[in-house]
Amino acid sequence: MMVHLTTTSRRLRNRWRRGDLPAAVVCLLPAAIIFGTFNIFPILYSGYLSLLEWDGLSAVREYVGLRNYVELLSSHDLWNSLRVTVYYMSGVTVLGIAAGLVVALALNKGTRALPFYRAVYFTPVVTSTVAAAVVWKYLFDPGSGFVNVFLRSIGIHAPNWLSSPVWAMPAVILLGVWKRLGFNMVIYLAGLQSIPGEFYDAAKVDGAGSWARFRYVTLPLLTPVTLLLVIMSVIDSFLVFDQIFVMTNGGPLQSTEVIGFLLYRYAFRYFELGYASSIGWVIFAVIFVITLAQWRLFGFGREVRV
Amino acid sequence: MSQHRSVSQLSAATVWQLRRKASRWLPRMFLHILLLAGGSVVVLPFAWMITTSLKPLKLTYSPPYLFPTHFEWHNYVIAWKAAPFLRFYLNTTIMTVCIVTGQLMLCSMAAYAFARLRFPGRDLLFLVFLGTMMVPFHVTLIPSYLIIHRLGWIDTYQALIVPRLVSAFGIFLLRQYFLTIPTELDEAALLDGCSRLGVLWRIILPLSQPALSALAIFSFLFAWNDFLWPLIVTNDPLMRTIQLGLAMFQGKYGTRWTYLMAGTVTATIPGIIVFLVGQKRFIEGIALTGLKG
Repeated sequence: MMVHLTTTSRRLRNRWRRGDLPAAVVCLLPAAIIFGTFNIFPILYSGYLSLLEWDGLSAVREYVGLRNYVELLSSHDLWNSLRVTVYYMSGVTVLGIAAGLVVALALNKGTRALPFYRAVYFTPVVTSTVAAAVVWKYLFDPGSGFVNVFLRSIGIHAPNWLSSPVWAMPAVILLGVWKRLGFNMVIYLAGLQSIPGEFYDAAKVDGAGSWARFRYVTLPLLTPVTLLLVIMSVIDSFLVFDQIFVMTNGGPLQSTEVIGFLLYRYAFRYFELGYASSIGWVIFAVIFVITLAQWRLFGFGREVRV
Repeated sequence: MSQHRSVSQLSAATVWQLRRKASRWLPRMFLHILLLAGGSVVVLPFAWMITTSLKPLKLTYSPPYLFPTHFEWHNYVIAWKAAPFLRFYLNTTIMTVCIVTGQLMLCSMAAYAFARLRFPGRDLLFLVFLGTMMVPFHVTLIPSYLIIHRLGWIDTYQALIVPRLVSAFGIFLLRQYFLTIPTELDEAALLDGCSRLGVLWRIILPLSQPALSALAIFSFLFAWNDFLWPLIVTNDPLMRTIQLGLAMFQGKYGTRWTYLMAGTVTATIPGIIVFLVGQKRFIEGIALTGLKG
């Protein structure tokens, strides 16, 4: 989203200004207290925690400097989880955006049933990830799940999806695509509707066929939308957690242990809060780099996209 | 002769018209088939979930798969008895109502201060709020848990509600909308002796219905579907939210699919109803936050 950092009208009356401060205090105080306690302070506290070895309960907290980071960066767990996260992220981003674009293009032809289709494709977006993951886990059940029942009926030997280190991640990715497709579609539809019809008329006059019109008019004009969707999808899928927790618990053999799940495992199963906090900062570093890339792509001028 | 010719001319014209119609309708038919096929794949998990939830237990592994022919409502009774879904509903409803109300009130007050009031440090403070949106939840998760623990709030409604009463996202969404309302309106109200909070209440908020309802729907779905935070701050089964309860129920009844799917339908329905009712507003809200500036 974009936020204008422009200030409001500077020609404000003195009277208006004089009473502003008390009103601002009243308006901002509740938000600032909650936000300070549960957002801003925790960010600083987390930095401090990542320098400790501490289980969160005992009185013993040992200051270990950067040792957590050194250990983390040389651990197999971290690099495995980064690889797994990038795999998930690429799958969901590429497939989700391609599918969203195809559906948006089909809907953009102007059908009276648009609200119907839009609701159908969008429903997974608002469905809870936990509930969806429970259903998908059953869909991929090797014996009685619909996927394998269907594949068997057309004579394909189907894998034992969620217990296979090779096939577990593709199954999780399919759920991710299913949940994200509708969102991509809605944003693409808005983008498509902002392309002026004259561009297509001009291309037609020049003798462009429907493929050429798509390739040389639609696709280039949608580039900013595509970039926006790529970045949103990359950030969201980098932070994936719920479906991993329900469908695979990180397994089999850590083949679906994304970085958010690794953090959860160290923090709330092993209670190594210092080490887990350092994982949090690695996640932040990656998101920060992606955000910087985004600012470069979109420009950090009068408007900021978050 | 002449009559014959005119008839054949007429039919040629009809054929031509039909062909033109067909050339216009065929691609449309094709599009609809494509959209329906894709839509069926999207709907399939829902159909499978509902059908299974209504099957007798002994028919779990046999067809039909996608359209219910049995209506074993008893599954729901068993699911609701096996896990305290009513209690989960109650917890989630209390949490969601408080979060949505809090978000609407606190975010609109903060957004009003940032959009309309002039005070020292405003832009800096705004940038701080803006900056925290970049920090992923994973960074604040552990310290927030420790704070909740220190406050003695584990297994309480406060733990589920208070940290989520304000969001930077909500403040930005509303501030952005407030900026589009002409300042002449509130200046006139102030001249007439209206207080600043009165301006917010009587002028800004009534004119911001689309943004407010978008925020309400967003925060409803966020709260209703949230999982990680309730997972961490509750241990007591009686304090679980519906999503958490479903995940635990799944761990316990993992293979009795008919009951599990009855539980899943239970957890899914309210969110989908809210979406279908507020569909237009919701999609407008996405466009409002996603694309326009």
